[in-house]
Amino acid sequence: MENNLNLNLKVWRQKNAKDKGGFEEYKLSEISTDMSFLEMFDVLNERLIVEGKDPVAFDHDCREGICGACSMFINGRPHGPKQAVTTCQLHMRSFKDGETIVVEPWRAEPFPVIKDLVVDRSAFDRIMSAGGFVSINTGNAQDANAIPISKENADEAFAAAACIGCGACVAACKNASAMLFVSAKVSQFALLPQGQPERSARVMEMVAQMDNEGFGACTNTGACSAECPKEISLTHIARMNRDYLMAELTSNK
Amino acid sequence: MTSKLDSKIPEGNLEQKWTKYRSTVPLVNPSNKRSLEIIIVGSGLAGASAAASLAELGYKVKVFCFQDSARRAHSIAAQGGINAAKNYQNDGDSTYRLFYDTIKGGDYRAREANVYRLAEVSSSIIDQCVAQGVPFAREYGGLLSNRSFGGTQVQRTFYAAGQTGQQLLLGAYSGLQRQVGMGNVKMYARHEMLEVVTIDGVCRGIIARDLTTGKLERHFGHAVLLGTGGYGNVFFLSTNAMGSNVTAAWKAHKKGAMFANPCFTQIHPTCIPVSGDHQSKLTLMSESLRNDGRIWVPKNLEDAKALRENRIKPNDIKEENRDYYLERRYPAFGNLVPRDVASRAAKERCDAGFGVNKTGEAVFLDFAFNTLRYGNMEATKKGIHNPSEAQIIELGRAVVKEKYGNLFDMYQQITGVNPYEQPMMIYPAVHYTMGGLWVDYNLMTNVKGLYALGEANFSDHGANRLGASALMQGLADGYFVIPYTIGSYLNNEIRTKAISTDHEAFVEAENKVKATIDHLMGVKGTKSVDYFHKKLGLIMWNQCGMARNAEGLKKAIEEIKALREEFWNNVRVPGEANEMNPELEKAGRVADFLELGELMCKDALMREESCGGHFREEYQTEEGEAMRDDDNFKFVAAWEYFEGNNWEMNKEDLIYENIKIAQRSYK
Repeated sequence: MENNLNLNLKVWRQKNAKDKGGFEEYKLSEISTDMSFLEMFDVLNERLIVEGKDPVAFDHDCREGICGACSMFINGRPHGPKQAVTTCQLHMRSFKDGETIVVEPWRAEPFPVIKDLVVDRSAFDRIMSAGGFVSINTGNAQDANAIPISKENADEAFAAAACIGCGACVAACKNASAMLFVSAKVSQFALLPQGQPERSARVMEMVAQMDNEGFGACTNTGACSAECPKEISLTHIARMNRDYLMAELTSNK
Repeated sequence: MTSKLDSKIPEGNLEQKWTKYRSTVPLVNPSNKRSLEIIIVGSGLAGASAAASLAELGYKVKVFCFQDSARRAHSIAAQGGINAAKNYQNDGDSTYRLFYDTIKGGDYRAREANVYRLAEVSSSIIDQCVAQGVPFAREYGGLLSNRSFGGTQVQRTFYAAGQTGQQLLLGAYSGLQRQVGMGNVKMYARHEMLEVVTIDGVCRGIIARDLTTGKLERHFGHAVLLGTGGYGNVFFLSTNAMGSNVTAAWKAHKKGAMFANPCFTQIHPTCIPVSGDHQSKLTLMSESLRNDGRIWVPKNLEDAKALRENRIKPNDIKEENRDYYLERRYPAFGNLVPRDVASRAAKERCDAGFGVNKTGEAVFLDFAFNTLRYGNMEATKKGIHNPSEAQIIELGRAVVKEKYGNLFDMYQQITGVNPYEQPMMIYPAVHYTMGGLWVDYNLMTNVKGLYALGEANFSDHGANRLGASALMQGLADGYFVIPYTIGSYLNNEIRTKAISTDHEAFVEAENKVKATIDHLMGVKGTKSVDYFHKKLGLIMWNQCGMARNAEGLKKAIEEIKALREEFWNNVRVPGEANEMNPELEKAGRVADFLELGELMCKDALMREESCGGHFREEYQTEEGEAMRDDDNFKFVAAWEYFEGNNWEMNKEDLIYENIKIAQRSYK
């Protein structure tokens, strides 16, 4: 049932990339437990605007957990305390009356802060450009049912492809590693016949770009998968490591 | 037909039009393509697929999106599926049947030639997506799986759980990023198009604002393609993403591009009901749920009242006291009637006092019956004799979870109610806009060189879109239509050298944008942008929503004018223009919605008939079904803009040579 909460909010404010930034505290009252976390920020921003202050900038768009835009680091965890949800789908019924909630942006060198809680995640796009595709021009495809694919493989490929590219894995990792994100794409194509011709080149190029962007190494802590709103499995990292090793061994370059 | 609109539909038989046109359309040779620049605004299914395909052909492409990555365009949120006339199920599907269903579903207000082409290329889309590695759902034999959507009696919908839009968009995005990596596409994320630049009536580029720095930029293009989606957010509450807007299309409209059938809005029947004033958006529960969910309200008013007051639970109501009103009214299609029909039926029951939640605006979507059915099937498959009811339910729930798991999780997360145990509560919400920029067969607006693709144009869905057809249209336009049709324009442009952005038309356009921004920043009023947006949304929902009438529409027009006036005198946009400023972005979009809203009401007022998503209370049958008026309204209303929010209507008559138009019946 619906209830109202009084909350103490500590939010990271940073005017721009050059600004040092710091926490600001806001007291909020009468927050309905039916609200989403971002709707709570809407309430705060509405108040700040009317008071003549600068509202908190944050990325968000679909508000149904699929676009991957929202990216708040809440009480030390990406997307907050609940398992398998994005910030936009986190509801205030997950918090207690009188609670202090600390909200920060993703913290990782390859994700520089643009303003307040907004970070630059374009490194992910560049990794995708390096190899996150099957090289097929429009119009070249054969009939979709020409190659049967086992349901198990199709389902596993789908589970990998469900990644929303939000960057929570990087934010959760003490090394700011992007292995879960990269491996999800590598794994999706490795499981499908369409991905085979470029399988070796893909993993080599995506990993090289990941390193170029300054993401850290993977030390198998598993925080990425634990915090992933889409529960992308660590198995994909294992599969990528195997593919990478094979590609290294067989590479002519 | 007025002389201003030439739909350029090719001659010949319906079945031959596209094939013949495609084979005779003028071409641009590969070396010339390299010097032709194309600007694409929007990176959703239409924009991304067009960008990838055109870059593959050798054109120089620039893509703009307001999101931080092309992958986040709102197509990503489409759930249920994509239609294609593959007939893999051997259930009688064909190009003609998909064409027919789409025209009928659109209540005979779409163009035959465009829709036939859409049905024709639908198969190639599935082939293309599978080749890209899109992981569609498959059967155990390894072949693709299909399901049904509303308004059809075949299974032609391909899907990837409840995340089909995501998978298709990521496929198109991968093609786009590949071209970015090869240097054929330059990507401008966090950029918003704020003006179209025309020189002598020909589109030559855009003005865009870098949303990180606030800097205005000028970009030249031999052609500009808008794949900027729909305008459902004019209602404030809709299933659209928060950033979805009409601004790019509206700027094009004000530069001369006609806006067609603006009042054709799709209200989706199965969304999570509004929970309170804080609500920022509404969440869709995929139409695919109507494959297995049965929609009902109590038969007795007392039961409905008791539910609203939380005195009884839905499962307390006996089978014989439930009214499965869609199955009752439309036995042939049952729970799978098209969206407009299902939405109106829900509203009818709730208006009559049978609503089941505290606001009285909700109906049940119940999976209990099919959970048992699946459970029994599974028990048989597994050889379990005399299974207990608990066993059956457990087995059935596993099947339901496999089919709709992510949707059930989403529902529980938002409402706090477990839909495996209690039926879902749903209510209609604004979802899609069939109206949009008027385009000809080539997808070009009436402004030369300016195109509109996907939801941004008006062309294929008439007055109501069928489920799983938006993804089909977005990708058809981008992968298989524009790469051909753009040649008929660009082959005449090979002698046009890139025009300097110092040209006075660019300077003038940029100054105009700057003046608007300065104006918005300068009002320094007392009310937030959201305040105005919510007010506008309420006016639109009450007067131009699921049911409309002349009196209400006239009132709405006056209210919107007054609200617009208040907005420009009392809006408060904090911060600066030369920095990241989300409130400024919103202000610009709401300013455009405040003009669009008026045009929608004007269009709805003009159309004195009921068809598809447009239901005028004055025009209905005794049973409450929509009453179309083909003698007087079988046309596309294309509105031309004149300074100071004045419009003139142009008509494009719709000619049906292949389909016999009839009253749409799903009974």
